[in-house]
Amino acid sequence: MSAPGIFVIGANHHRAPIEVREKLSLGAENEAALQAELAGLPGLREFAVLSTCNRIEFYGVAADAEAAAKVEAAFCNRQHFDAAEFGKFRMDLRGREVLQHLVEVAVGLDSQMLGETEIFGQLKEAYAAAQARKSTGPVLNRVFQKAFQAAKHVRSSTAITVGQVSVANVAVELALNIFGTLAEARILLLGAGDIGEKTAKAFQSRGAASLTVSSRHIERAAELAAQLGASALPFDQREARIADFDVIVCSTAAPNTVVSTVATAMAMRKRPARPLFYIDLALPRDVETGVAEIQNVFLYNLDDLAKIAEENRAAREAEIAKCRALLSERVDGLWRQVEHQLPSSAGRNGT
Amino acid sequence: MLASGAPSHINGEMLAIFTDREWLWGAAALYLAGFLLGTVSLLRGGRPSNIVMYSLIAVGFVIQNLGLAERGRAVGGCPLGNNFELFQFTAWSAITLYLFVGVTFRSSLLGYFTACLTAALTFLSLSLPAWDSTRRVHIFGQNPWIEFHAALALFSYGVFALLALTSVLFILRIYSLQSKRIGGWFSFLPSVLDLDHIGVRLLWAGVVLLGASLAVGSVYWLRDPAKVGIGMLTTAWVWVAYAVALAMRIRGRLLAKRFAWTCLVLFAVALLSLPLVDASRHPAPAAEVRFPRNNA
Repeated sequence: MSAPGIFVIGANHHRAPIEVREKLSLGAENEAALQAELAGLPGLREFAVLSTCNRIEFYGVAADAEAAAKVEAAFCNRQHFDAAEFGKFRMDLRGREVLQHLVEVAVGLDSQMLGETEIFGQLKEAYAAAQARKSTGPVLNRVFQKAFQAAKHVRSSTAITVGQVSVANVAVELALNIFGTLAEARILLLGAGDIGEKTAKAFQSRGAASLTVSSRHIERAAELAAQLGASALPFDQREARIADFDVIVCSTAAPNTVVSTVATAMAMRKRPARPLFYIDLALPRDVETGVAEIQNVFLYNLDDLAKIAEENRAAREAEIAKCRALLSERVDGLWRQVEHQLPSSAGRNGT
Repeated sequence: MLASGAPSHINGEMLAIFTDREWLWGAAALYLAGFLLGTVSLLRGGRPSNIVMYSLIAVGFVIQNLGLAERGRAVGGCPLGNNFELFQFTAWSAITLYLFVGVTFRSSLLGYFTACLTAALTFLSLSLPAWDSTRRVHIFGQNPWIEFHAALALFSYGVFALLALTSVLFILRIYSLQSKRIGGWFSFLPSVLDLDHIGVRLLWAGVVLLGASLAVGSVYWLRDPAKVGIGMLTTAWVWVAYAVALAMRIRGRLLAKRFAWTCLVLFAVALLSLPLVDASRHPAPAAEVRFPRNNA
C-alpha cells in the first residue's frame, strides 16, 4: 500500500523490451474505454495518460492509498496482461520524483533518442486530451503547464536538442544547410532498399514535396514510389536526368558506382548556380568520389553521416548534467507550489 | 577648417552633453560589446542572442546618429569631409541596412559579423587622429546634388560591406559542408542557397545605388570636367568592377566560393579607395567655421 498524493505508474523503454511494449500498447478504442473506466475510479482525483510507442504512463493525483494500484489493475485487465508480470517492468514514482520525471520526459532526457523533440508534442497532446475530458485538476494542470515551460527553457538554454542523431535525419539536416527549405527541392532516390526508404520518409516529413524513385528493379521502384506518393524513373535514365534533381539519395546494391563524375559535371553545366547534394548510403559506394571536386556539388557517404550523428549524440550526452541542474531548480520550485495542494495520508485536503 | 575634437555648436541640449567624437566612441563601444558578447556565446558553444545583438547594435546606431548629427551640424552638411567621416558613414550605412533589411535574413551570425565589421571600422577611424585632424566645412558648397551623390555613394559602400559579410558567411558555410563539420557554431549559419540569394540581391542593390550616385555626380562633373579627379575615377572603377561581377554572376560565370571571394576582395579594394577619394578633394569652398566649446 502506498500513500496518497501525486504518482506516475507505467512502463517504458528503459525496462520493458519491445515485445512487452507491443503488448502494453493501448489502441485508440482501448484507450478511450480505459480512460472512461479511470474517470469512475473512486479516490482518483486527477489523471492523464501518456501513450507513445516507447512508453505508457499514467499520471495521477490520488486521494487514497489504493488509487494508483487500482489504475494499474484496470490497465492490466484491459490489456489482458498479467499483473505480476507487469510488476517486473513497472515504473512507479511518487511525490517530487513524478515532477522530475515529467520534466525530463518533456525535455527528451528520458527518450530512447536523447533530446528528441517529438515527445514534447506527444506530451502536450496527452495533456490536451486529459483537459478535454476534464480529468485534470489544479495539481496536474499546474504540473503539466510548468513542465512545458521548464522544457522550453531547458531546450533553449542548452544544446540538448541540437544536431540530429539518426543517419536519415542528419542527411535531411545537411540538405537544409544547403537549400534552406525542402519545399522546392527535387529528390531522387536511387535504390529502393530500407535505408533509402527511411531517408526518403525523413525528407518527406520535413516538407520535401517532389520525390522520384529509381531502382535497378523497376517493379520495386514502382512499388516504393506508389507507397511514398512519388514518381518512378527508369534506372538507365538516371545519369541523363541528374540536372533535374537537387538531392540524390543513393542506396543501391550495385557492385560498381552508378553515378559518374563526368555525368555530374555535364549536369552541373545546365544548373551551375544551384547546388547538388549526393547522399551515398550504399556499400560499395554508388557515387564516384570525384564529384565532390565539382563546384556546387556536395557528397556525403554513410561514414560521413554516421560520424556526424555520433558527434551529435555525444554532444547531447554532454548536456545532460546541465539540463538536470536547470530542471532541478524548477522542480524544487514547482514541488513547493503543489505540495500543499496534494491529498495526504493524514487527511489534509483529502476527500 | 575645424580643429580636431572641437565640439560643435548646436541647439539641442542632449547633443551638447558630449562632443561628436565622444558620441561616436560610445557607439563604437556598443558595436564592440555586441562583437565580444557574440564571441563569448560562440566560444561557449551557444548562439549569439538575436535580441541582445540587435539591441546593442540599435542603441549603438542611435548614439552614432547623435554623433554624426552633431558632426553634420558642425560641418554644415553630410559629414563626408575626411577619412574619419568616410569610415564612420560607411559603418553607419552597413548598420542601417542590417537594422532595416538584414534582420529579415534571420541570422544571428549576420548581426555578429556586422557588429565585428562596424566595430573595426569605427574604432579604426577613431584611433587614427590623423584621419580627423582637419574637418572640412561646407564641402559641397551650395550644391545639394553633389552632397546627395556623395551620400549615396557611401551608402552603397555600406551595402557592399553587408555583401562582404554575407560572403564571409557563405565561405564559412561551404567550408563547413566540405570539411563535414556542421556542428558547433557552424550550425548557426544560414543555408548555401539563402546566402547566395542574399548576396546577389545585395550586389544588385549596391550596383544600382552606386550607379545612381555616379549618374547624379556626372551631371555636375560633365559641366566642369576639370573637377573630375582621381576620386571620381576610383569610384567609377569600383562601380565597374562590381557591375562586371554582377554580370558574370548572372551569366553563371562567377559562382559559389569564387563569387564570395570576389565580393570580399572588391570590398577591400573599395575601402582602400576611400583615402584616394578623400585625397582628391578640392579645397572646401566655404570659409572656416569655428564653434565655441559647449560641453556640459
